[in-house]
Amino acid sequence: MDSVFASIVQAPEDPILGVTAAYNKDPSPNKLNLGVGAYRTEEGKPLVLNVVRKAEQLLVNDQSRVKEYLPILGLAEFNKLSAKLILGDDSPAIQENRVATAQCLSGTGSLRVGAEFLAKHYHQRTIYIPQPSWGNHVKVFTMAGLSVKNYRYYDPTTRGLNFQGLLEDLGAAPAGAIVLLHACAHNPTGVDPTVEQWEQIRQSMRSKGLLPFFDSAYQGFASGSLDVDAQPVRTFVADGGECFIAQSYAKNMGLYGERVGALSIVCKAADVASRVESQLKLVIRPMYSNPPIHGASIAMTILKNSDMYNEWKIELKAMADRIISMRKQLFDALSAKGTPGNWSHIIKQIGMFTFTGLNSDQVAFMTKEYHIYMTSDGISMAGLSSKTVPHLADAIHAAVTRCC
Amino acid sequence: MAIRRAMSGRIMDRTAVVGARYMSSWWRSVQPAPKDPILGVTEAFLADQSADKVNVGVGAYRDDNGKPVVLECVREAERRIAGNLNMEYLPMGGSVKMVEETLKLAYGENSELIKEKRIAAVQALSGTGACRLFADFQKRFCPDSQIYIPVPTWANHHNIWRDAQVPQKTYHYYHPESKGLDFAAMIDDIKNAPNGSFFLLHACAHNPTGVDPSEEQWREISHHIKAKGHFAFFDMAYQGFASGDPEKDAKAIRIFLEDGHHIGIAQSYAKNMGLYGQRVGCLSVLCEDEKQAVAVKSQLQQLARPMYSNPPVHGALIVSTILSDPDLKKQWLKEVKVMADRIIGMRTALRGNLEKLGSPLSWQHITNQIGMFCYSGLTPEQVDRLTNEFHIYMTRNGRISMAGVTTGNVEYLANAIHEVTK
Repeated sequence: MDSVFASIVQAPEDPILGVTAAYNKDPSPNKLNLGVGAYRTEEGKPLVLNVVRKAEQLLVNDQSRVKEYLPILGLAEFNKLSAKLILGDDSPAIQENRVATAQCLSGTGSLRVGAEFLAKHYHQRTIYIPQPSWGNHVKVFTMAGLSVKNYRYYDPTTRGLNFQGLLEDLGAAPAGAIVLLHACAHNPTGVDPTVEQWEQIRQSMRSKGLLPFFDSAYQGFASGSLDVDAQPVRTFVADGGECFIAQSYAKNMGLYGERVGALSIVCKAADVASRVESQLKLVIRPMYSNPPIHGASIAMTILKNSDMYNEWKIELKAMADRIISMRKQLFDALSAKGTPGNWSHIIKQIGMFTFTGLNSDQVAFMTKEYHIYMTSDGISMAGLSSKTVPHLADAIHAAVTRCC
Repeated sequence: MAIRRAMSGRIMDRTAVVGARYMSSWWRSVQPAPKDPILGVTEAFLADQSADKVNVGVGAYRDDNGKPVVLECVREAERRIAGNLNMEYLPMGGSVKMVEETLKLAYGENSELIKEKRIAAVQALSGTGACRLFADFQKRFCPDSQIYIPVPTWANHHNIWRDAQVPQKTYHYYHPESKGLDFAAMIDDIKNAPNGSFFLLHACAHNPTGVDPSEEQWREISHHIKAKGHFAFFDMAYQGFASGDPEKDAKAIRIFLEDGHHIGIAQSYAKNMGLYGQRVGCLSVLCEDEKQAVAVKSQLQQLARPMYSNPPVHGALIVSTILSDPDLKKQWLKEVKVMADRIIGMRTALRGNLEKLGSPLSWQHITNQIGMFCYSGLTPEQVDRLTNEFHIYMTRNGRISMAGVTTGNVEYLANAIHEVTK
């Protein structure tokens, strides 16, 4: 019998996940994986936080735990604590029961569920995303039924924010359009608006009735402080307006493969939030019925225990500090080598990623000659260590001076 | 709607208009959604204060004390896993090891098809996730196709293919008069469907009826599906749970494979390994050759990426730990048989009790049907009476989850059913 799928062609490799695949194939002892944004220790190893191991043990030792289905919206306590984490313990939106929260599959799942909800219930079907953005954003929103437009964001000449362009583009968006905002540690550029710039963005968006959709994948990871990194979201919520927030615990709790996240929809009124919550269930049920229990249980255990929560904050800050230190070391190394160009963006940018400003020929050169694996956009700083910074600095220096 | 009307009436004062919109919620017009017919039952059960309450709603296994069960092999696997491995992202297609072991269960331990690498397979979010991924795949690559769904079926099947935007049709399945299979009508529907239609088949332990075709009937179904060039998609959520023997429960699939169909299968470990909340399953699509399987798998991954990027690691680790250790696998097979046997025992007990009470109706179907569910034949009104008068919770289609029946409540249940049907 002929297959009905006979004409299917092979899909291209995912550009981000494909980098790790290529890295794995390389036999060179000097190879360096600066691709996927997963944290690595100084020894280049993945890290499971101590507090996460503790939580895991508590769970495994608790004989009373069962593996029953979670409710469609996931663990209620996890949802409450996640909302508090991003909005603040004293958030009026929470106190007024105006927040509908669903446990989802990490950031991706939260974005997808939010986008499908919007495609079903919102009158505007266009979402504006920054140029550039995480590669998977376009696919998530398109699959959900939204159409995607861009707003200017990264300025290659300054390797910083194109603030004028951003304001112009958002100003020209149709009233009510959805706008994706990276809450902190913009992926892939590492370029974040300043506090003053965020305030202007907020005012402009609210005056046009644009709907903010925050992607918060790095809370605590950018500056080392959970509260500081949540500020942009909190100022939007403080003005009483509505917004969507997708949270991920992949990086800041190191729960990557457990797929832990939450979607929160901040509404104007409690009865609205309650109806919104009920409709979220209808989006989720035909997608995967209910979310996975393990990772969210770990996160919840940590969030609700004040000792563990404090331990977590300390370990989180240590990760953020190590990355900040890598930035400094790379910048210092390039300065010491006298590598042509202005490299201050390496220390100005924040979070896991650095947009180097290198072109794709230079990147290909670095891969071929120095076995450096990165996306053509930028570097995952988390993949660097004090030992490997010199090798990367060499590679960048060579790429800039010898190649292209 | 109100917002648009407001806009057209106030073109002059745009700032005021957008300000007004800013002041009110975008979601005022969002209606409260109806409760999920299945999951809503458990919610109502939990809220009930009565000491006599019985939950025969959602299809989650309970032991004879009415308690959820974590299999011993699962506890052991978790002890081995905890603290030992990192939590890195799985590949988009999930755990390769878990998928390999899972294919063996469905296609056969020594399947040539596996050896020839003709099966495109990815880890999925339990059965739901596997069905949804397939539905999205069907929509993308056979955009003109439609899916034929049995009547009745698990309610969520309709939601899944609807949200994937694949048009649905139904085919006859359950025969209310005999409380068995409406075989002739089913075959007619297969023959009358346009060539190349997609058919959703329950591999074993049909949900919600418990009515499965016999082996001979499966052979005929296979023959007619082949004659029409239809695509057979199997939802196998109860392998091992129906007869107690996973090999036996895969018989329908094996028949189709022998007949040369290129099938698709959604597999779930929710029930047979008790991993419900872990969301572990697998979607597989049998292809012509290895090259095509590689291509199809890559496309399945493209659909998973914008949904959840990569699947959860913990549940998959439990499965691969158990299935790749011969002792743990043996233990699992034993524990699955215990669960299946208890359910078969409860079927016998429920039917026996009803007959003892002198019920005028026939209750043969309770023991004829197989798997977790019994399609009792009770009407929605009778079900409501069971709930309101006897605190017995089940879905209004009369589906009884036999897993919720225990030696402690089977008499009470039989009495109540007798009361509302006599």
